[in-house]
Amino acid sequence: MHIVDRRLNPKAKSLGNRQRFLRRAKAEIREAVRDALKKRKIADVDGGENVRIRTKSLREPTFGRGKDTGSRDYIMPGNSDFASGDVIRKPDRNAGKRGRKGSNQGEGEDDFVFSLTREEFLDIFFDDLALPNLVKAKLKRLKSLESYRAGFTTDGPPSKMNHVRTMRNSLARRIALRRPKAEEIDRLKQQLQAEENRKPGNKALIGELRERIRHLEHMRKVVAYIDPIDLRYNRTEYRPKPKTQAVMFCLMDVSASMTEELKDLAKRFFMLLHLFLTRHYSEVDVVFIRHTTSAQEVDEETFFHATETGGTVISSALEEMLRVIRDRYPAEDWNIYAAQASDGHNFDDDMDRCMAMLNEEILPLCQYYAYIEVYSSDQIAPFLSVAWSGYDELTSDNANFAMRRVSNPGEIYPVFRELFAASDDRER
Amino acid sequence: MSATKTPSAPASGSGKLLYDGPEWNFDTIQRAYDAIHAIGVDEMGLDIYTNQIEVIRAEQMLDAYASIGMPNMYRHWSFGKHFAREDALYRKGARALAYELVINSDPCINYIMEENTMTMQALVLAHAAMGHNHFFKNNYLFQQWTDATSILDYLTFAKEYVASCEEKYGIEAVEIVLDSAHALMNQGISRHPRPRMTLKHAKEKHRRRLKHEEETYNEIWRTVPRSELASSANGGMTSEAAREAIALNLPQENLLYFLEKHAPKLEDWQRELLRIVRMLSQYFYPQRQTKVMNEGCATFIHYEILNTLYDRGQVSEGAMLEFMHSHSSVIYQPKFDSRSYSGINPYALGFAMMRDIKRICEEPTAEDRDWFPDFAGNGDAMGTLKEAWAEFRDDSFILQYLSPKLIRDFRFFYIHDRSDSPFVQVRAIHDEVGYREVRRKLSEQYGIGFHDSDIQVMSADLSGDRRLVLHHNVHDGVLLDKHECDRTLLHVAHLWGYRVRLLEMDIETGETLREHETLPMP
Repeated sequence: MHIVDRRLNPKAKSLGNRQRFLRRAKAEIREAVRDALKKRKIADVDGGENVRIRTKSLREPTFGRGKDTGSRDYIMPGNSDFASGDVIRKPDRNAGKRGRKGSNQGEGEDDFVFSLTREEFLDIFFDDLALPNLVKAKLKRLKSLESYRAGFTTDGPPSKMNHVRTMRNSLARRIALRRPKAEEIDRLKQQLQAEENRKPGNKALIGELRERIRHLEHMRKVVAYIDPIDLRYNRTEYRPKPKTQAVMFCLMDVSASMTEELKDLAKRFFMLLHLFLTRHYSEVDVVFIRHTTSAQEVDEETFFHATETGGTVISSALEEMLRVIRDRYPAEDWNIYAAQASDGHNFDDDMDRCMAMLNEEILPLCQYYAYIEVYSSDQIAPFLSVAWSGYDELTSDNANFAMRRVSNPGEIYPVFRELFAASDDRER
Repeated sequence: MSATKTPSAPASGSGKLLYDGPEWNFDTIQRAYDAIHAIGVDEMGLDIYTNQIEVIRAEQMLDAYASIGMPNMYRHWSFGKHFAREDALYRKGARALAYELVINSDPCINYIMEENTMTMQALVLAHAAMGHNHFFKNNYLFQQWTDATSILDYLTFAKEYVASCEEKYGIEAVEIVLDSAHALMNQGISRHPRPRMTLKHAKEKHRRRLKHEEETYNEIWRTVPRSELASSANGGMTSEAAREAIALNLPQENLLYFLEKHAPKLEDWQRELLRIVRMLSQYFYPQRQTKVMNEGCATFIHYEILNTLYDRGQVSEGAMLEFMHSHSSVIYQPKFDSRSYSGINPYALGFAMMRDIKRICEEPTAEDRDWFPDFAGNGDAMGTLKEAWAEFRDDSFILQYLSPKLIRDFRFFYIHDRSDSPFVQVRAIHDEVGYREVRRKLSEQYGIGFHDSDIQVMSADLSGDRRLVLHHNVHDGVLLDKHECDRTLLHVAHLWGYRVRLLEMDIETGETLREHETLPMP
């Protein structure tokens, strides 16, 4: 007999199987992730998830026997009061799940819950958004670390040795332990030489000198020039890269014309922006402003799920945003990002006011202002909306303004491309 | 109280505790194994393969679960699915993991879990390293159907082969074939003995097969019109069909084997994949037929060994209590109307039968002498048991050895259930007139035919439209589950490449009860 300790074997031996499984169930898992996203808060995109999927494409059929034909005989244990020949009514199959034998086959398998890791979850989230691979990798990377000097340590690789500190210790130790200098020995040796050359030599002095030289040479050997205890190394520690803070304004039209579907599309857009921002800034605040003819700051729940009726005045939202900036997010301390989603309706005479506010007050404060116009995919030829034709003028004059019409999640990403391509260049 | 310590246990050999407390280390395992080995092999006379004990973590146990208990299994999504399911159940606390897993191989590999207490490790060693190991080595089914020395090699070959196919033909192409093969796994068993093969032979044979085909390839055969070949043979339709049946060795119960050898459209590598699945199915065939005996044997042996250790003072009372607790939960048999009832517990039935045989050998009643005249009171329990373990499988074992006393103890009764009636009928119970009936039915319940549908390839019409005809031999009017059957038939059609028809025929009247027909998806 011999014992093998397998506990330290590489982990996750079944990873290959898992990948094949996820690929196989991709359609169902994506559906589940979509549902999960609806429930998630914008700031929580970044994390694993328990998903429940229906195992339609995961069935493994076999030639099993049906339950509804023919007759069966079986033996069961624990008879208490049946006698041979008794006739018993069958338990109702629908009432109570525990029927007779065989219920553990086939149907029971239909759906099951398992958890996706953060990586897997984001992969599927990105899949929908048609992100380029490089961007995916960057977004998935966890916090970056920065190394900094943190004093000295007695242990480390030779390349990190601090020579000044080491030599200082060495010198102090040599002085303290009275390590004889080489010159002193040389001097004594010369004296000895001279004494020996003199004809009637002073025997006692020679003996004394020899003894002294021997002692000093011994001392030099015992007290090393550099001892291991002298060694000092630079110590490096890591801390998260300091990043500045950003605030993200989500503006959305919640008038009746914005359907749940459109809102969902807008939510994806906000989520992606948030994900981008968290990679660039260590702290990201999110402010939700919804508007119809008047605007108000609300929490996320209300933002996405409450509907209002009425017309649309975009400038009201812009005003509210300016108010919040003035109150809480001074532009000197905060990087301000704004994302506006709407179906493009606005009162005609409000457009001029909007343009003026954006041009003069808001855009100069913002790092970036993104506008997406959502429309449902069954609309064949998107008409030019009021907001769109108005905003169109802004793009040419302002590098920090981007706009896009989207009807499916895959069209969202290009909105960000220019902005983040540019800022990544700057980083390098 | 005196301050000096006195030795707590006598220093003399057998009376010394092997371990103390729940913690284990490699020394205590070694000591426990040596003691268990001494009792199992030297005293009980067990005949085992060399043991290899491997300590693993919970995650690794889940890994092993997911790949149907085999180390080094090839990759397939269904294993990933099982892993995800087991993992979720385990994390929720809905299911505990097995304490051990044992592979029928030589050397016999025993996985034991890191989380087990030392008492559990001792139990597991006695259970798997002695009990299962002896059973694997000595039962005739295992001897006939599996080759313990080569299975690990074969798995290595299979894994490499599947991986190389994935590289050459793409993961999806391989997956499609494996999916279809898995669907037919239960129809991939031959019930006659097969020749042995090791990894080297398997590789060599595969190479030779290809080489032979290359060497004998002759362009000219391609130019010979097929239909002429067929029509040149004299005789009409019927004799042609008969000749074909002989050539294809029909009827054939092993669907995978038939498809591997004769499916017209498969590539070589696809045939090899079918072969791998078929080999594994065949390897598990004895395990499925000996569940009660195998577990009964292992449970009986761990029970005997642990009790012997306790009697000799080698394990403490605390350890013994812990052992009794897990032992009794393993062999617990809920009644049919209990919430936790999920069929007959093979551990319970197996263990009870082994104990019962020992009792009949040693202190038989008059009833036992009546029922088992050939071994009642022979005084040689181990000899009788070893013979039973070697020569029987579940159904024949039950038919031969289930005693009236056990039928009474389990309070077995026999239910007849017609699906078209709202009532079930009790046909026999644990009484004088019912014993034989109950025993016969219980034995049938453990026959392989009770679980696997009897499906045979009847004709393939290779020279005609190549429609494959399968028959399902219907017993007691129980038809296949329609949805499942149609989906599985799609897999058959996919491998066969042409139309497939399945007839469900009543085994007694020969009447066709239902027909299914499927075309392969383009």
